[in-house]
Amino acid sequence: MSLNELTISAARDALRKGDTTAVELTEACLGAIEGAGALNAFVHHTPEIALEQARGADARIKAGDAPAMCGIPVGIKDLFCTRGVASQAASRILEGFRPEYESTVTQNLWDAGAVMLGKLNMDEFAMGSSNETACYGPVVNPWKVDDRRLTPGGSSGGSAAAVAADLCLAATGTDTGGSIRQPAAFAGIVGIKPTYGRVSRWGVVAFASSLDQAGPMTKSVRDAAIMLGAMASHDPKDSTSADLPVPDFEAALTGDIRGKKIGIPREYRMEGMPAEIEALWHKGAEMLKDAGAEIVEISLPHTKYALPAYYVIAPAEASSNLARYDGVRYGHRARLGQGDGITEMYEKTRAEGFGPEVQRRIMIGTYVLSAGFYDAYYNRARKVRALIKRDFDTVFAAGIDAILTPATPSSAFGLGEMANADPVEMYLNDVFTVTVNLAGLPGVSVPVGLDARGLPLGLQLIGRPWAEGDLLNHAHVLEQAAGFVAKPARWW
Amino acid sequence: MSIDIDTARKVAHLARIAVPEENLPALADQLSGILTFMEQLNEVDVTGVEPMTSVTPMRLKRRADVVTDGGYPEKILSNAPDAREGFFAVPKVVE
Repeated sequence: MSLNELTISAARDALRKGDTTAVELTEACLGAIEGAGALNAFVHHTPEIALEQARGADARIKAGDAPAMCGIPVGIKDLFCTRGVASQAASRILEGFRPEYESTVTQNLWDAGAVMLGKLNMDEFAMGSSNETACYGPVVNPWKVDDRRLTPGGSSGGSAAAVAADLCLAATGTDTGGSIRQPAAFAGIVGIKPTYGRVSRWGVVAFASSLDQAGPMTKSVRDAAIMLGAMASHDPKDSTSADLPVPDFEAALTGDIRGKKIGIPREYRMEGMPAEIEALWHKGAEMLKDAGAEIVEISLPHTKYALPAYYVIAPAEASSNLARYDGVRYGHRARLGQGDGITEMYEKTRAEGFGPEVQRRIMIGTYVLSAGFYDAYYNRARKVRALIKRDFDTVFAAGIDAILTPATPSSAFGLGEMANADPVEMYLNDVFTVTVNLAGLPGVSVPVGLDARGLPLGLQLIGRPWAEGDLLNHAHVLEQAAGFVAKPARWW
Repeated sequence: MSIDIDTARKVAHLARIAVPEENLPALADQLSGILTFMEQLNEVDVTGVEPMTSVTPMRLKRRADVVTDGGYPEKILSNAPDAREGFFAVPKVVE
């Protein structure tokens, strides 16, 4: 096994035993990245930073001061601001932007000794489910079963592809409506969106501030526990960051879920759901039952309204967050014509800088917030959101420990296949994940099997607020029972 | 709710995004499609429900209103497309 194929936990143990060094691990990943241009996952490469950080990590390990992430090479989604390194949210409008500051999440990772290999491709401003809205062009899923190039999902598609193809040991992702969990499922890896407020949003380019949350994308549940612990912190610079201690998530992986109650929400049994997804879901419930958990049918009655509520709230917040991209303080400014004033500067800059999907969402957000429609759309959506959260509160109050659902309505689809689809059809990818963001809950996607064509499928577990440790323990049991070990065969 | 071309033009202007006249009909169509999808929300009885303002019951933190950061204009300006003499530069705003 080459070093870049290791999990975080295996690499940590090898580093501590002196069997390998952070520099060797880093060089293995840099080599893998160099050979994987066809995937288009890494879009900004930082080998010098990586090797310098790796040498620092080796010194720390030698000195006996080595947190779990020390010397672990990771990829960073392009949405995170990294000092002096291009951070452009896969948008033309942030072309050339090099932040003078570091996001709290990445700073936490560097403080823990992690190594930055570079920045990862994504959907523009995290808006998309197929990585096709990126200004860098789409990411290609390392999984391939015929002539077609498949999407790794989105918006954290570069992160999912890079981890699945062993270009890095793990990667950061962000999730506003499913952007960690859907690509994790499409690429056969693990991804967790923590409870809203667990991880600081400071320095992460904002999409929809009441929904955005960063999390790890990894090769195993244990790795997700380790990396989440390093990413999470209370941060005074993010007023929604929770002032709660960060528990040892890895220590929660006892493998014992006897007596736990797992809810199966009947509203997630969607019409037209592929039989394979339904069978996988059933199989997952059986696995948890065999481990001693009790399976309980539950109802989350407002589920079907989650997507329309999300597609009011998220664009509304995006339209205000993205108002800052005006060609004045950073990024792209359009070339102006004779007599053009400041309004033309804004309008031309934003027309040139934003791609079609981002423009569409900004305009939808502008519309639902405009005078006369604010109550009809935005306030109504926020009321429905309260009801969706109440659904979850009710089942947790009734003693449910975790909820099991499919992660996605299908396996990975072909790049370009949705090109002529209605925007709403693409939004349906988020149908199982978006409720979790609206309710602010933690959710994890675990690879459980392959479909008939040989593509990975995942299941999602949803946990109680602030109980990521318990949630990851359930995910760990599911992972062990499923024994998913398949890897994409290298073609790139 | 269906959006006509005039509304699409107005929304584009409010959003400060230049949309060529010939693209407005397609834009109006797409926006209408998305809004129709949202109409489902009207089926929900929201009587007496407060709009959700925060996902976890937390009081937003407060701090003393004092300067905690700053003093580096060159860093603030370093990414500006046009900066002169310590200022962001923009086209003339007043005559």
